[in-house]
Amino acid sequence: MTSAAPRDDLVCCPVCDALHTLDATPEGRRARCIRCNTVLSSGGPEAMMRVVLLASASLILMTIVIFFPFLQLRQGVFTAKASVFDTVMSFSQGVMAPLSLAVGLFIIVLPVGRLTLLIWALGPLSFGTSPWPGARFALRWAERIRPWAMAEIFMIGVAVALVKLADLATLTMGPAFWSFAAIVAITAFQDTQLSRHSIWTALDTARSTR
Amino acid sequence: MDGTGHGALHALTAREAGLIGCRTCTRACAPEDALCPRCGAPLASRDVTSLQRVWAWWLAGVLFFVPANVWPMLITSTVGRAQEATIIGGVIELWHYGAYVVAIIVFVASILIPVGKFIAIAYLALAVQFPRGHRPGPLLHLFEFVEFIGRWSMIDVFVVAILAALVQFSLLASINPGLAAICFAASVIFTMLSALSFDSRRLWDRIDAAAP
Ligand SMILES: [Zn+2]
Ligand SMILES: [Zn+2]
Repeated sequence: MTSAAPRDDLVCCPVCDALHTLDATPEGRRARCIRCNTVLSSGGPEAMMRVVLLASASLILMTIVIFFPFLQLRQGVFTAKASVFDTVMSFSQGVMAPLSLAVGLFIIVLPVGRLTLLIWALGPLSFGTSPWPGARFALRWAERIRPWAMAEIFMIGVAVALVKLADLATLTMGPAFWSFAAIVAITAFQDTQLSRHSIWTALDTARSTR
Repeated sequence: MDGTGHGALHALTAREAGLIGCRTCTRACAPEDALCPRCGAPLASRDVTSLQRVWAWWLAGVLFFVPANVWPMLITSTVGRAQEATIIGGVIELWHYGAYVVAIIVFVASILIPVGKFIAIAYLALAVQFPRGHRPGPLLHLFEFVEFIGRWSMIDVFVVAILAALVQFSLLASINPGLAAICFAASVIFTMLSALSFDSRRLWDRIDAAAP
């Protein structure tokens, strides 16, 4: 077995290790792995700008989510409001404290962290300037955090909670609820825009031409 | 073709070319590189310790899943009377209440997905360890599915958190999380770590070995 020279135009599928040469991928078109069908390359420079804008929008909406009421419960003369922050703190006493921490990480800290890292790494690129220090680190961690950011799962949880409480009290959704719903939709769309290979190639090019 | 819908043509892998493929940024790196020159991620042609980690997290996940189903998930106190409900109890209650769709969602997310995931991960790990008698095609779809679906089990933990936060101050009832909530969350986290430890490239190596 001969050892080929590592070339920058070679692409290894992260799922099955198949080698590809992806020089001539038309911009904006998707290239898939010939062996396992994983998307290897998608999105050009214009997608980079889109991802940064979508991530910024989500980040702004996130501040509404954290500080405004999420759900309001009315039962006769009693009303109770809960923000996402209250939901996180609902486990904060005693043995449940670790769970409070985990819920806080999954629905606030990690989604916000991932958006910040993405903007840090890709923001300068989308404006054609040289990347900020730590861009590689930021991008690597944005990818690692991804499975643990569970905003969309939380939304399904809200739906189930609404059904459980429908009998007990009247519920109304606050501004944070709609902001959160928008973030879930934006994130789902944003994640289809750029493949890892396309992002890293862009970052590579920007670093070497600095 | 083996009828999986994937092109089962033999493709040259990075390992066969004497290179190491980076799983973070897809770069083909030289065999002597320890860290990827492009993205800085640690490199391994095949992750040889991956199966040990898969089994360790898997076992932790199974161990926490048992108390998660035995102990109460929700403790509802209505004027001096406390009522405890397990995960299954909550599903049955929703069903009696007529909320069939929601009952099915909670049942699938809290029982079917975790149990299915335990079986699937064990089966995949065994298929890599003992490569005889497995049809490779379905295994791949199984892995993709397991990777995608695992996080959704967290629904019930979030439901408990939302209920506890909302109903705490109401005078008619108060809802508190039970010990099962923490066990269940731990079980989901450990199972996700188990699936993330899996090196899918080793499964594909098996497929090439099994192909005629
Ligand atoms: Zn592949
Ligand atoms: Zn890399």
